[in-house]
Amino acid sequence: MLTIAGRKFRSRLFGGTGKFSSPEVMKESLAASGCEMVTVALRRVDLNNPADDIMRVLDRDRYLFLPNTSGARDAGEAIRLARLARASGGGEWLKLEVTPDPRTLLPDPIETLKATEVLVKEGFKVLPYINADPILALRLQDAGAVAVMPLGSPIGTNQGVLTRFQIEIIIAQARVPVIVDAGLGAPSHVAEAMEMGADAVLVNTAIAVAGDPVRMARAFALAVEAGRIAYEAGLGAVRKDAAPSSPEDGLGFLR
Amino acid sequence: MFVLPEFSALQEAISRATEADALMALHSDRPGLAGLAALLSPVAEPHLGALAKRSGAITSQRFGRTMQMYAPVYLSSYCANRCAYCGFSADNTIERRVLSMAEAESEAMILHQRGFSHLLLVSGESPAKVGVDYLEELALRLRDRFAALSIEVQPLATEEYARLFSAGITSVAVYQETYDREVYKKVHLAGRKADFDFRLETPARAAAAGMREVGIGALLGLADWRAEGLALGFHLAWLRKNYWRTGLTVSFPRLRPAQGEFKPLRPVSERNLSQMIFALRIFDPDVGLYLSTREEARYRDGMIGLGPTRYSAGSCTAPGGYGLADAGGEQFEVGDSRSLAEVSAAIQQKGFDPVRKDWDAVFQVQGDGQQAA
Repeated sequence: MLTIAGRKFRSRLFGGTGKFSSPEVMKESLAASGCEMVTVALRRVDLNNPADDIMRVLDRDRYLFLPNTSGARDAGEAIRLARLARASGGGEWLKLEVTPDPRTLLPDPIETLKATEVLVKEGFKVLPYINADPILALRLQDAGAVAVMPLGSPIGTNQGVLTRFQIEIIIAQARVPVIVDAGLGAPSHVAEAMEMGADAVLVNTAIAVAGDPVRMARAFALAVEAGRIAYEAGLGAVRKDAAPSSPEDGLGFLR
Repeated sequence: MFVLPEFSALQEAISRATEADALMALHSDRPGLAGLAALLSPVAEPHLGALAKRSGAITSQRFGRTMQMYAPVYLSSYCANRCAYCGFSADNTIERRVLSMAEAESEAMILHQRGFSHLLLVSGESPAKVGVDYLEELALRLRDRFAALSIEVQPLATEEYARLFSAGITSVAVYQETYDREVYKKVHLAGRKADFDFRLETPARAAAAGMREVGIGALLGLADWRAEGLALGFHLAWLRKNYWRTGLTVSFPRLRPAQGEFKPLRPVSERNLSQMIFALRIFDPDVGLYLSTREEARYRDGMIGLGPTRYSAGSCTAPGGYGLADAGGEQFEVGDSRSLAEVSAAIQQKGFDPVRKDWDAVFQVQGDGQQAA
């Protein structure tokens, strides 16, 4: 079972709350996905308002609430948002996003590391969203991040695991769980990430803007499970030459 | 400094485009400025349906099935400029009003009670009536109660924008009105606004001051809309290269033939407006696109999901129009007078979520947030 910062998760699929056509569709999709951790943009919710459209439909007993700092341009802003979120009951779990370029929303590695160092000391459980940079992942782990969240491809692009080579290195090296986040556009993409040995994946856009988000959520859940089982079962090696199922080893002359 | 190509050169680029260019741009991930010219050209018109589909798909992918809601607060109808097309023009004999700080606050709070969290503070361009001190004080009064505060006022200096940013203003909209220098001179008869280049450089000053978002636009009906669209593309592309941390938006205020005393010099139809919106969306998937209540309810409903990402509702364009019974003197007459609840219902019916809060006052708070903790 997946464990992050001492907390156990049955599902290795994490959800998001953005881009849905209505709070009700979001609620149903999250239920269909079976996820237990849901990220919420602090800019989008009013934590103190029980009538807030998102807070109203999210059952906080059912989902671990992972506030994110989407919109923060630098470490200072992310830290400020995190502190205020915790002060208004947002909890200590935090998906750290520092994205100074509003166009690509790619994460700033320098500011992310700075903010992680500060927030970890203040007791936050920090899950930083990063580009798939293995050394950065190690630096963040050393700074006390409870997991790392490398991107498969830029957020919202549905392009899949374009950073495969880097993510393989991160998975091989990391002590903390590796959650592939962003750009996962199809169930086959998450299956690929899970087969590679990712501990979990986070999917939002691909579910939220699907023709039928609820059924798509279910499809992603199944793919995550399939990919994980395949990883645990041990995939065969990929090779160029054909290999017979009953091999003739060319050593028949041996007595 | 942003160097705008000659308006005639923009028109030529558009007229050179072939139907094949338009189709290639339509299916391209990065059509570029040449592609934008083709999408704006008459050769793209027979493919308006395909443009709509592509624009809608890009918008959903980037922004999700959402529409951000906002409302304007008109602070003052005083204006030092003489602009041929505007109800607030200095030579118009309307009764002028500038809201007191308390009146402005109470207008904002009426919108707050109606459910708005994103406000656009608008005023005629009269620094003596609504200057930086006024805007700063109002922002400080409102900042904790709203998620985002934008301004659409006279162009300011970089240091002034920086002051307002610190006071809680998130974004600045300043429309060039027209990128055609000749027409600009003809309709901007007097006042600071007669300086085309000072205005053209304003978005860059706002971005340089750290504003989160900067909005540009052309007042449609003054000059060739196709070339205005291409000029907006040039302006957007330049701002992106030079201020990569700043979010960008475009508005499409359209002078409608039936309205007011000023007859549009170059009328823009709904089909034209739609083509311009689709073309800019295909050109720039990330730009926020406004479609205000200047347009009729029928048109706004039809455009949900096809490109725009920001809708206003229940707008009044006269200072004090929300709370004061005797408020007259609108800047322009709205085409869609429905309430926030009514517009939200129309958005939901199309399968989109009308989002009231998509920013947070915390971003604008100075200091480290530890006082709150």
